[in-house]
Amino acid sequence: MAITKETVEYVAHLARMELKPKELEKLSRQLQDILDFIDKLKKINIENIAPTSHILPINNVLREDNLKESLPCEKALMNAPSREGNFFAVPKVIE
Amino acid sequence: MELYKLTAHQLLEKLETKETSSEEIVSAVDKRIKEVDSKVKAYVRVDKTNERTQEREGRGTGLLKGIPVSIKDNICTDGYNTECCSKILQGFKPPYDATVIRKLKETGASILPLKTNMDEFAFGSSTENSFFGPTHNPWNLECVPGGSSGGSAAAVAADEAILALGSDTGGSIRQPASFCGVVGLKPTYGRVSRYGLIAFASSLDQIGPIAKDVKDSALLMNVISGYDPMDSTSVDTEVPDYTQSLGMDIKGLRLAIPREYFIEGLDPEVKGILEEAINKLKTLGAEYKEVTLPHTEYAVPVYYIIATAEASSNLARFDGVQYGLRVDKTGSLIDMYKNTREEGFGEEAKRRIILGTFALSHGYYDAYYLRALKVRTLIKQDFDSVFKEFDCIVTPTSPTPAFRIGEKIADPLKMYLSDIYTISANLAGIPAMSIPCGFTKKGLPAGLQILAKPFNEEMLFRVSYAFEQSTQWHKMKPKI
Repeated sequence: MAITKETVEYVAHLARMELKPKELEKLSRQLQDILDFIDKLKKINIENIAPTSHILPINNVLREDNLKESLPCEKALMNAPSREGNFFAVPKVIE
Repeated sequence: MELYKLTAHQLLEKLETKETSSEEIVSAVDKRIKEVDSKVKAYVRVDKTNERTQEREGRGTGLLKGIPVSIKDNICTDGYNTECCSKILQGFKPPYDATVIRKLKETGASILPLKTNMDEFAFGSSTENSFFGPTHNPWNLECVPGGSSGGSAAAVAADEAILALGSDTGGSIRQPASFCGVVGLKPTYGRVSRYGLIAFASSLDQIGPIAKDVKDSALLMNVISGYDPMDSTSVDTEVPDYTQSLGMDIKGLRLAIPREYFIEGLDPEVKGILEEAINKLKTLGAEYKEVTLPHTEYAVPVYYIIATAEASSNLARFDGVQYGLRVDKTGSLIDMYKNTREEGFGEEAKRRIILGTFALSHGYYDAYYLRALKVRTLIKQDFDSVFKEFDCIVTPTSPTPAFRIGEKIADPLKMYLSDIYTISANLAGIPAMSIPCGFTKKGLPAGLQILAKPFNEEMLFRVSYAFEQSTQWHKMKPKI
């Protein structure tokens, strides 16, 4: 399929990524090449084939709900670019 | 002989007889790093060479007591920078150890505070996508070491490391091991805990050893393998002592040679080396037969849908809120996310995030992502049916020897195709190993890849050790 710059711009917004005009141009071109290559998957008959999302025969891994020590607040916050008290601080969300 | 040239098992013998000490070994490795790393650039944050810490001294008592282990920059080490060689994680000091690091510390291994270089977030096959710049192949400094665990493989090849850990999502341990002439193993999915491995593609990622020989690889696997309640995809099955598989003969073992791995695109010199290696296995008593893995040509496109889809989801966490870089120019939250990610991610990371987001987005999900998951089933079934009749599969690890720095970086598709022989093992979840099996006329190593049934790493050790012990390739050292 044909990839337009608008599609890439839209996807970049979904991925919360700013792209410079030059990057947008280059990426659109490269994505087109990659998708053309990937299109060979359309040759295969996949009717009645179940998808494999991971290869292990395990589902719903549960554990006992026991009280355990968790990461202390100070350690969890030690890499924060900005904090207020025991919270991560971010730019204002609500106008 | 200089201590840094030795393998872990040779050093363990010397430690046992008190011929050397842990301090001497660590100093020898440090000295070697100072001698050659300015050329190889296998490590990042080399200024930490002089740091003497508890981790360095190796306080535990166990299998690897006194042996230094070098760690890829995407495996969390408590208190030591772990940045996935990305600007967006600059300065990140994990508040905990990955399970593999905890196990190494418990066994007395010495953990170096400097980490090995890699493609940013393990996105690449050449280590050129590192924020810190490329690593150079010790066999030819103008060539790439492979990737993404290029730093770990180059460090082991250049004797700047005794043992190293890498991670493998589509070949990131095996391909650099092949390019650098060392032993690299991707364990079965679920064999080694991924807790503390900064996720790239969660259904494909595995941590594994990079070593100078097969025995060292088995020793490191003995330490890092096993069930971990902190990783819900680690599997609760018994871990054998892998060293028990070393020395068993391979008479009568049935090897499969997939025809799709020996066609167009395979470098003729590599092909010749591989044919010789297969003949060697035959003289050791193995039987081989050509087989077909009919969906091989779809592995790369399937991988670049699944891996990028999972990556785009995993990398959503890098948004400037909890760690790493924050770029806040306008005081708006959305702008902060966007600007942080624009400045923090390199070109390949952006490409993969965009591709993965596209494959998962409304209107394209069925056509791309779901279709890829279904073809993944077919690829897995190919392997299942071969393993009904055969003990293992042998192939080249990579279609070419190490390529030159800069040769493929401008063409992402060309770069993706250098993983053509390694990707399938991740999609099928099976264990696979690369061992050195010869050199090209220009002196670059080639790798033999061995693949086995899930949770049958023992078979890989058995075959690779038999091959290694009847050849000299693992003893070759580059001149740097």
